[in-house]
Amino acid sequence: MDSALVIHRLHFAFTITYHYLFPQLTMGLAPLIVIFKSLALWKGDERYNKAAGFWAKIFAINFLFGVITGIPMEFQFGTNWARFSHYSGGVIATALAMEGVFAFFLESSFLGLFLFGEKRFGQRVHWLSAFMVFAGAWISGFFIIVTDAWMQHPVGFELAADGTAHLNSFWSLLFNEWALWQYLHNMGGAVITGSFAMAATGAYYVLSRKQEEYGRLFLRAGVIVAAIASVLQLFPTGDRQGKLVTDYQPVTLAAMEGLFQTESGAAIVLVGQPDIANQKLDNPIYVPKALSFLTHRRWEAEVKGLNEFPRDQWPDNIPLLYYSYHIMVGLGTIFILVMTTALVLLWRRKLFNARWMLWIVMLSFPFPYIANTAGWITAEVGRQPWLVYGLMKTQEGFSSNVSAGNGLFTLLGFMGMYTVLSILFIILIWREIGHGPDFLSNKDSHGDVDLARAP
Amino acid sequence: METLWFILVALMLTAYVVLDGFDLGTGIINLFVAKNHDERRLVLRAIGPVWDGNEVWLLAAGGALFFAFPLLYASSFSGFYLPLMMVLWLLMLRGVGVELRSHVSDPLWWSFFDFVFSVSSLLLAIFFGAAIGNVVRGVPLNSDGYFFEALWTNFRVGTNPGILDWYTVLTGVLAMVTLTVHGAHYIALKTEEDLNTRARRVARLSWFALILLTVLSLIATLYVRPQVTDNFRLRPWGWIIPLVVMASLVAMPIFLRKGRDLGAFLSSTTYIVGMLGGAAFAMYPYLLPATTNPSYSLTIYNAKTGAYSLSVGLIWWVLGIALAVAYFTFLYRSFKGKVVLDDRGGY
Repeated sequence: MDSALVIHRLHFAFTITYHYLFPQLTMGLAPLIVIFKSLALWKGDERYNKAAGFWAKIFAINFLFGVITGIPMEFQFGTNWARFSHYSGGVIATALAMEGVFAFFLESSFLGLFLFGEKRFGQRVHWLSAFMVFAGAWISGFFIIVTDAWMQHPVGFELAADGTAHLNSFWSLLFNEWALWQYLHNMGGAVITGSFAMAATGAYYVLSRKQEEYGRLFLRAGVIVAAIASVLQLFPTGDRQGKLVTDYQPVTLAAMEGLFQTESGAAIVLVGQPDIANQKLDNPIYVPKALSFLTHRRWEAEVKGLNEFPRDQWPDNIPLLYYSYHIMVGLGTIFILVMTTALVLLWRRKLFNARWMLWIVMLSFPFPYIANTAGWITAEVGRQPWLVYGLMKTQEGFSSNVSAGNGLFTLLGFMGMYTVLSILFIILIWREIGHGPDFLSNKDSHGDVDLARAP
Repeated sequence: METLWFILVALMLTAYVVLDGFDLGTGIINLFVAKNHDERRLVLRAIGPVWDGNEVWLLAAGGALFFAFPLLYASSFSGFYLPLMMVLWLLMLRGVGVELRSHVSDPLWWSFFDFVFSVSSLLLAIFFGAAIGNVVRGVPLNSDGYFFEALWTNFRVGTNPGILDWYTVLTGVLAMVTLTVHGAHYIALKTEEDLNTRARRVARLSWFALILLTVLSLIATLYVRPQVTDNFRLRPWGWIIPLVVMASLVAMPIFLRKGRDLGAFLSSTTYIVGMLGGAAFAMYPYLLPATTNPSYSLTIYNAKTGAYSLSVGLIWWVLGIALAVAYFTFLYRSFKGKVVLDDRGGY
């Protein structure tokens, strides 16, 4: 394999994986903050404003890191994937440019108002600015998903005389069937990250007997939202996403499931290690016939195995695909178990004293990040060897004018930069959680972020 | 249609330079205009609510460029690979410098982020100027529309130039001085007393350098790329652009002497619009000239996307930009006036 190709793939994979640690929390927290602001307006209870103010501070730090690690993503289409950009720009640049004018302007201008303007403009404008930031973040996510969905399942285009793809149907691009389900599934994942972070922070406050009133508030909101989102993530959004893969990327499905041979009444494997050389799974633990039912709604249905497809159509890293898919699904199942249990305890007014459960909730916050990352690895590695499914191979898309040496130079630069950013992020978030919502009242009862954080 | 999109993309890039330009200029002058902790907080407050929105114009312009001229985006972003990556790192550092300073109460923390903010702003201004210089001078394009430019070769303007040669260094320094003046006008406009006085002084002194560099860069451009006069011969109304630039240069010190900071700020805005507008006017219809063989040049005709996209794009673009302008008007009106440090609802 061309070493420049490997470097450019690593370059994008590393920067996008790191970047997406931030937007998933941004998109997940934004609706929760709007809920707090709405409750404050509706019930006239100042505690909800302080809760919103506290999360706004976490949000602001997280948003900044999302923005500064996000700019390289838009640049990298051109810098590292020039031939892909030239080929597909006639289609996907519509989505990316629309993201710029419809989402980025919205969220960045109202973020300034949201963070600096609570005292100056009153609660109604502040609610509006919180809502606009939420809308901007979610619109932004939509256009990115539209872009990725086109790469997974290209629609609404024709090939021009020079061989590049040109848009011929604006609405088919935006309402690509793949995009709609992928969007819902992805946003559900973001809400899970946000609500787990909130519940875990609440559990930490209750367990450590610091600011318990807020701890309980965060737990209540976090657990309810997390339980709902976790269930919706499995059905319908995850289920429908799986159906689309079954229909349009059958070879990907076979590789995800570790299904080497076509089977009728195929079993679903819960745990097991794929052995590519001998084309089998080692140590499988499985549920008989479940895969046939899930993919075709019939217990005896035939599911195509990898043997049906020529080798050059197989995803080029089947073990990574298989594991990331199983990690995503496994964690998703655990999320449902944890959060429905917590919800039952909350319902029966036992959650705040059930220390064992609070420990589990507190320690669970990293796992949605892993599940979201694993989900995206499944989508992107699963699409291989294609960059645009069925149209352009990954090896045809990278910038052949940028050498492996130059690519490695900047990849290392990003690694260094992101190491520094990670350290700063952890220090700052740690401090904010240490301060908690009550810290705001010492400085400013309205939780104006800038005033409160100003020394 | 492609001409219209050329104008729209140029407008968006100009909006970026005008808006984020004063953020960068603020960063450049921060260390020597704001002398103590409170003054530096004020300086940061002057750009705090707006810098992120301003930076979005770069992303939006990049998106529009990718949309309208995919081959230009693919070719120039990969060809300018190294400097673009450095710009990305600098943009990250600038963002961190602006936003993280106030999170921790420690003089060492403050000094560190003041320094990060200023140095990254300074280097960004130079990089952006050098980028414009590269586009005007041309790059070593191959027949397939791609190139890869080293950071420097021999610092000469020839068929195989580097990112940095004497011409692009000159345009880089011109951009730095332009944004210094622009940022100083902005800080003068947004502050009172000592800060205001010092910002005006910086603007007054840098103005002499600006005059000198403007003239030098014009001469240099005529030498490096004599074709820039073609469009002025073809479309004589274009001569209005240099007149606007001259008028704005004259206006800056006059407004400053009268203490009209807004007038001075609008003059430097006009100067930037004039200079970039003039460059775009002179380049048209070229997007990226080739130093190797003129026929390899990227123009709006060979780099444009499909006709359907361009027409549909016009609809959503107008809608989106109308919304964006509305947000910005609301934002800037909300935070108009001088910044102060009181805690009574000022900001």
